[in-house]
Amino acid sequence: MAEVKLKGTWPSPFSYRVIWALKLKDIPYEYIEEDLSNKSPMLLQYNPVHKMIPVLVHGGKPIFESAVILQYIEEVWPQNPLLPNDPYERAVARVDPHFSRTSPLDRWRLFRTTAGEEQEKAKKESLEMLRALEEHGLGDKKFFGGDKIGIADIAFGGVAHWLEVIEDLVGVKLIEAHIFPRLHAWTKNFKRVPIIKENLPDYSEMLLYLKREGITF
Amino acid sequence: MGEENKVTLYGMWASPFVRRVEITLKIKGIPYEYVEEDLRNKSQLLLQYNPVHKKVPVLVHNGKPIAESLVILEYIEETWKNGPKILPEDPYERAKVRFWASFIQQQLFDSLVSAAKSSGEAHEKAMKEVFEKLTVFEEGMKDFFPSGTPHFEDENIGFLDIVLCSLFGHHKAQEEALGLKIIDPERHPLVYSWVTALNEVPAVKESLPPHDKMVALIQFLRRNAPHRSSEA
Repeated sequence: MAEVKLKGTWPSPFSYRVIWALKLKDIPYEYIEEDLSNKSPMLLQYNPVHKMIPVLVHGGKPIFESAVILQYIEEVWPQNPLLPNDPYERAVARVDPHFSRTSPLDRWRLFRTTAGEEQEKAKKESLEMLRALEEHGLGDKKFFGGDKIGIADIAFGGVAHWLEVIEDLVGVKLIEAHIFPRLHAWTKNFKRVPIIKENLPDYSEMLLYLKREGITF
Repeated sequence: MGEENKVTLYGMWASPFVRRVEITLKIKGIPYEYVEEDLRNKSQLLLQYNPVHKKVPVLVHNGKPIAESLVILEYIEETWKNGPKILPEDPYERAKVRFWASFIQQQLFDSLVSAAKSSGEAHEKAMKEVFEKLTVFEEGMKDFFPSGTPHFEDENIGFLDIVLCSLFGHHKAQEEALGLKIIDPERHPLVYSWVTALNEVPAVKESLPPHDKMVALIQFLRRNAPHRSSEA
């Protein structure tokens, strides 16, 4: 099999999405930690457009954007599928990766905006979307993917673990157990999945990092 | 049309996201019913079909709703297997197409929207970004069109073509509304000739919003958007 390399950065949730997908499918890869403050020539060569990570390099060919990478991995390595077979089910599953990247729930921008009115508005929009996810996305299922985790769980998983740290940092709680019981339960269940559990950035280290660097991802 | 295989598209005439679904349905020869939504007064059906985002487009197929334009395009590709394909077969080529589609949407178009909603210094900065990104795009596209000017016989347009023309097909209206050139044939000849060629494809031409109506809408949105004139 052609060589797989993942260029990522700790503790970016977008890198972790790809790590989880690769591990869930048991795909051997080489991980290269990229120091964002000192971009390597290799990174610039492969990703002149975004100058961002993660980048997956398969047989020397680079693929950018975590959502695009996830789809690529699914298509090239169909074992342990992350997407269902049925086109409609797939469409439903695919909405969420877009969602967690581009929506007002994009928690990074939420807490980066100035406090006061703008933050209140961002919080209100986030809560509305969480409500919709709680009722329509999860419904009665354990995971977005059903009984097992799928692409939507992986995409949203970045939000779950990282959101907790940010909530801690900023003092604004979004996913409260009594308001979003299903989502709250989902965050616990997701982090219990062995491959996820073994591949999460350390909570206190992240808290220290975010305090020092601000929210860089 | 019987209930089986019934396709309904909930949309709005000016939305580029709706337009790309329409173009795709036409290219594939899929019959559909179109329902125009008043976005200031959304129908109950729309809210029921898209509770998460409450946005158009929503495609309803056999009573089941699908939201998010790019997801809808992939759904159409996977469900109607006869007829022209809009995505390449090879996963790496597909990844390239998806990446650039995301770039056009998230980088290029979003910068343009920021520019439209701002004035003064913020507007200048946003437009500068648009041009920088157009240049990046122009360079990236030389890979796709090694022989230069794109041609589209028999409506053989694909995912990236559809995303591009849905967002920039009406660039002349955008340019008139904003009073500046966005896709300049001197600065970005490949993108310019590409968009121009796409606008001749019947499915694209039919879906182009009326010029004057579009100019008026953009100007209206520009006047009424919360304005930022300096770097906040």
